[in-house]
Amino acid sequence: MSDQTVHFKIWRGDAKGGGFRDYSTECTEGMVVLDAVHDVQREQAVDLACRWNCKAGKCGSCSAEINGLPKLMCMARLSELPTEKPITIEPIKAFPIVKDLITDVSWNFEVKKRIKKFKPRPPDAPDGTWRMQQEDIDRVQEFRKCIECFLCQDVCHVLRDHHLHDRFIGPRFLIYAAALEMHPLDVEDRTDELRNAHGIGYCNITKCCTKVCPENIQITDNGIIPLKERVVDKFYDPLGWIWRAWKKKSDRTRKP
Amino acid sequence: MSHAEIAAPPRAFGQTMRRDVWWLQPALVFCGLSIFIVYSTWAAFQGANYFFGNYVSPFYSPELFGSSPHSWFGPKPGWWPNWLLFSPALLILWAPGGFRLTCYYYRGAYYKAFWADPPACTVGEPRSTYWGERSFPLIMQNVHRYFLYIALIFIGILAYDVWKALWFANGFGIGVGTIVLAINVVLLGGYTFGCHSLRHLIGGFRDNLARSTTSFACYRCVSCLNKRHMLWAWMSLFWVGFSDLYVRLCSLGVWHDFRII
Repeated sequence: MSDQTVHFKIWRGDAKGGGFRDYSTECTEGMVVLDAVHDVQREQAVDLACRWNCKAGKCGSCSAEINGLPKLMCMARLSELPTEKPITIEPIKAFPIVKDLITDVSWNFEVKKRIKKFKPRPPDAPDGTWRMQQEDIDRVQEFRKCIECFLCQDVCHVLRDHHLHDRFIGPRFLIYAAALEMHPLDVEDRTDELRNAHGIGYCNITKCCTKVCPENIQITDNGIIPLKERVVDKFYDPLGWIWRAWKKKSDRTRKP
Repeated sequence: MSHAEIAAPPRAFGQTMRRDVWWLQPALVFCGLSIFIVYSTWAAFQGANYFFGNYVSPFYSPELFGSSPHSWFGPKPGWWPNWLLFSPALLILWAPGGFRLTCYYYRGAYYKAFWADPPACTVGEPRSTYWGERSFPLIMQNVHRYFLYIALIFIGILAYDVWKALWFANGFGIGVGTIVLAINVVLLGGYTFGCHSLRHLIGGFRDNLARSTTSFACYRCVSCLNKRHMLWAWMSLFWVGFSDLYVRLCSLGVWHDFRII
């Protein structure tokens, strides 16, 4: 992208209301949307509120909707956006507006407290340590890449359009639960909560969460669907119940 | 924080700030699935021209009852009501149909394309109510693994059909039809063995995946296929329809089956 003037429509306002305002700024090679927002903030709108921190796609602070799609502003290159029309920048939609591009995401932290904590099995060795296979840890490690940008929560239509915040915890916390539930040391059972209080059944597998994840976590295929299958195991599979009851019995008889 | 505090004004159907052609993918899914449903329903109700020598259409296999030499238990059963149209395909197509209907990939795809729930990511929906897969009827999607068990049996039967397709009246041979049916089994196998439910049942249910070497090896194979589940789903859907069309047109004498060996 050679130096050129790029036009933006940035949402300005607060909880009472607001609208788009037009701004223009000079853009150069390698600039990202967050750079342009900072230019606007410095030169034209000193009161423009935007949350940011690392500028490296790792803190998850600068989430916004750019041309209608949830993205991190620090990772959205201007050279990859069409500039014939003004680029729109809005706050994320699933949470209440504080000011301009800032939303109150505190609901997420309240949800996190409701998920049953990590509960390891008794240590494997007398020195209080455990033994795990690398392959087992690799599976849950993917979920731990999450930077809590909440773009997946924003794009999920259950939260965004249907506002079922009191019945559904959203993709971010489903993979948080998956990281605990699939952990090789964890012995806690979260399937009851996943089915009822956490509302996993509300997910209808649109995969929008996976598409917007800046860490490329396979939220749906590796996190939510395996959890749905665990819920099926416990609540909807009579053959599975018989199989597990038989296996439990045979394991018991095999033990001295 | 309560639900009410978070609520934002609902968007109208189709309302979005997206600039890309967001409607293209759901439109293609709608057209692709509609064409397949119309063709397969038509083909299933024909009840004729579904075999050609040693080839049998995958829509009609296994042929439990029917008039062809491929029938397992003879002609149309006497207990079949006269007022009810009979076709061997109607006895079996519910199984692969149910497998695809409850498939995790197709669910996401047809909720968008046929029910606009949502039409596409960040695009406004036509309805304000939403039940998801928590209550009837969509809670029935949890039956998917039972359809998987039947689908696995079907893969074995279709593989046997390929074996039969190697044996012509004058002995061993390979025709274009043999290859068409063989590709069909490979694609259906790729789709079925990459199923999310199979991935769970084969080993994914364990927290200590690597404890069982065999189970872990199987889990890795299924996961490998699962990464391209959408691709397998579409390729197998197209090819199973094409396989029926090939056998049908050969049977009607429109196409000539070329013998390679």
